[in-house]
Amino acid sequence: MADWRTRSHPWHLVDPSPWPIVGTLAALIMAIGGIWYMHGGPIWGFLAGVAVLIVTFVGWWRDVIREAQTGVHHTPPVQTGLRMGMILFIASEVMFFFAFFWAFFHSSMPILSRVAATVWPPEGIIPLHAWTVPFLNTLILLTSGATVTYAHHAIRLGDRSKFIKGTALTVLLGFIFLGFQAFEYIHAEFKLTGGIYGSTFYLATGFHGFHVFVGACFLAVCLFRGLAGHFKPEQHIGFEAAAWYWHFVDVVWLFLFVWIYWWGGAGYHFG
Amino acid sequence: MAYAASHDAHDDHGHHPSGWRRWVYSTNHKDIGTMYMVVSMLSAVLGGGLSWLIRLELAEPGIQFITDFQFYNVMVSAHGLIMVFFVVMPALIGGFGNWFLPLMIGTPDMAFPRMNNVSFWLLVAALILLVLSGIVGSGVGTGWTVYPPLSNIEYHPGPSVDFAILSLHLAGASSVLGAMNFITTILNMRAPGMTLHRMPLFVWAMLITAFLLLLAIPVLAGALTMLLTDRNFGTAFFKTGQGGDPILWQHLFWFFGHPEVYIMILPGFGIVSQIVSTFSRKPIFGYLGMVYAMVSIGFVGFVVWAHHMFSVGLTSSTRAYFVVATMVIAVPTGIKIFSWIATMWGGSISFKTPMLWAIGFIFLFVVGGVTGVVLANAAIAVSVHDTYYVVAHFHYVLSLGAVFSIFAGFYYWIGKMSGRQYPEKLGQLHFWTSFVGVNLLFFPQHFLGVQGMPRRIPDYPDAFTGWNMVSSFGALVTALSTVLFFYVVYRTLTSGEKCAANPWGEGASTLEWTVPSPAPFHTHEVMPKIGSQPAE
Repeated sequence: MADWRTRSHPWHLVDPSPWPIVGTLAALIMAIGGIWYMHGGPIWGFLAGVAVLIVTFVGWWRDVIREAQTGVHHTPPVQTGLRMGMILFIASEVMFFFAFFWAFFHSSMPILSRVAATVWPPEGIIPLHAWTVPFLNTLILLTSGATVTYAHHAIRLGDRSKFIKGTALTVLLGFIFLGFQAFEYIHAEFKLTGGIYGSTFYLATGFHGFHVFVGACFLAVCLFRGLAGHFKPEQHIGFEAAAWYWHFVDVVWLFLFVWIYWWGGAGYHFG
Repeated sequence: MAYAASHDAHDDHGHHPSGWRRWVYSTNHKDIGTMYMVVSMLSAVLGGGLSWLIRLELAEPGIQFITDFQFYNVMVSAHGLIMVFFVVMPALIGGFGNWFLPLMIGTPDMAFPRMNNVSFWLLVAALILLVLSGIVGSGVGTGWTVYPPLSNIEYHPGPSVDFAILSLHLAGASSVLGAMNFITTILNMRAPGMTLHRMPLFVWAMLITAFLLLLAIPVLAGALTMLLTDRNFGTAFFKTGQGGDPILWQHLFWFFGHPEVYIMILPGFGIVSQIVSTFSRKPIFGYLGMVYAMVSIGFVGFVVWAHHMFSVGLTSSTRAYFVVATMVIAVPTGIKIFSWIATMWGGSISFKTPMLWAIGFIFLFVVGGVTGVVLANAAIAVSVHDTYYVVAHFHYVLSLGAVFSIFAGFYYWIGKMSGRQYPEKLGQLHFWTSFVGVNLLFFPQHFLGVQGMPRRIPDYPDAFTGWNMVSSFGALVTALSTVLFFYVVYRTLTSGEKCAANPWGEGASTLEWTVPSPAPFHTHEVMPKIGSQPAE
């Protein structure tokens, strides 16, 4: 590690890898299997694609972790690149949610379109009350933002047991959040189908919930890597990326809570 | 030459895979770039072939051979989607971008070589899905814009539109991953001394293009997901009866779609800048102005999308805003055009094939730009909406703009990529036949449009016969010229002269000309040090 400055360049020339084409195959199987399912076929084609995708994830990121553990490939300039990559990925994710918020505002604010509902929620919809379970979920996610920061400080100080505690608590809070969201979906009095309210609500909150799941898995991997002693006070990019992703998911939730639950339900509960 | 250190470019041992693994498992920016070029050329045969069939059908009034009008719509849609996502973008971004970005900034490879490979293969998977969309069911007859309600399940009940949606999802994932790779490479991996303001303009163009991709494609992904759930899972985003709105699709689509047209043209701006400077033997005129003109085109490109929607009933104040914002783009574009002309002014110009294509680009892009200013006016756009005037406009900026820049880049860089130089006379013949062909093909479409001929219709009244015949004749000339291009490729690769490291002389001052031709498997393993002059 100490000698990277004496090399002719600090960059990581990656060896040829089977994972990109295997992952592409997974995507292709998922796409064709998914279309088959949507047009009346069985779902196992899609699930087979998901299985190949999971194999790809495991294989690809196992390789990345091994490369990191050699201590020669992820030089400080390469680490800077990895951080940039993660920030750019999160930026693209922000724009993905942007589309769903656009759909929500377009449908609920008459100033933005000529066909938007003049009352929101539309007649007959009984929305969830923002200051019940959704607010509890807000507190849970905000707390998890604090615990992940606690873990981050711990790893920077080299305190592995506090890191483990903080990360484990964050993952736990993430899954508790998902449990409450499932509870909420089961008890909601409106459906995904048949109207714009359910469409915007379930797609926006559903994609967010999926991102919470992904972020929690990402942090769980970091938990095991922490137990295996992979992270050092000066090098823990994997955890940093997971923490950034977690904060991003947290911020998206705040927007969902304020606009879709609170403002979007106010016409019924507070109007 | 501004570069202090010459450097060796010998191959690194143990990093040189061979056989099929070299390509399928590739983590090498040059090999991946080459694969992108091959896919782009194959797609061009497919997408160009479709347009040739369209022109055959339109050569005379009445129905020539397409009796199934859904099939006509499928051809129009597939032509658009293939040309945009599988010809222009792979050639300019995946092909030239991958090949020359690391070479031009003096770095050994891309930031994420493995991710670079998945970008490429996802594009192939997307192409497979798009071809399947035409084979399975009745095809996608929606146009490349896939507007609901036509794209809803009621009007396209088969699986075709779902195949197209997932094709675009994969193509989009490919582009977003590529964009992350390009931005990180450019911002993090430049050779010592190459500050942002010393980067070649092609690199600047790729940087801005990558940001547009990163921020625009996910919005398309969101919209496509809504369309997919509207079609298959009973949501109501674009269904008026249930509180949804098809105009929402248009907003989301064009919020992506307008940056997309700059995604296709900005790399071309970069290539043309390199070529005009090289063959005028002068640094580019107004380098910083050129850089920030592209930055402002990229920025303003995000806030003009609704000029594609002037006829859908937007309020007049909304339309007024989008008219003015759109016209603002003419300012930075003008800066670029005049700077290219000023670069040539007083230069020692040699009219080699790449320069001919570059000058052709400037000339024809100006024509397309001028009709763009006309179309930016909401009142005029309403009356020529969905006519051949619009078709003529966007083919001037894309097939005569972006595609000309691809050919310019091909002739400029093929020596570096293959180690063999193209045959000059045949290259020039290709240019002139193409130039005549495409102008015969597209210029008359302005007249047809102003006379009111609608687009995406396989038949027309007798009054439009003359110019349609001319246009189809132009298509014949262009098709023959394209056959000639493939012959040029064949001749270059089989019997082209060996190309020197720098075949263009002192005008070519960027770093790719400091390494041998063909560029070795690994280059810039010793990163060059950049002197104090800007590298144009």
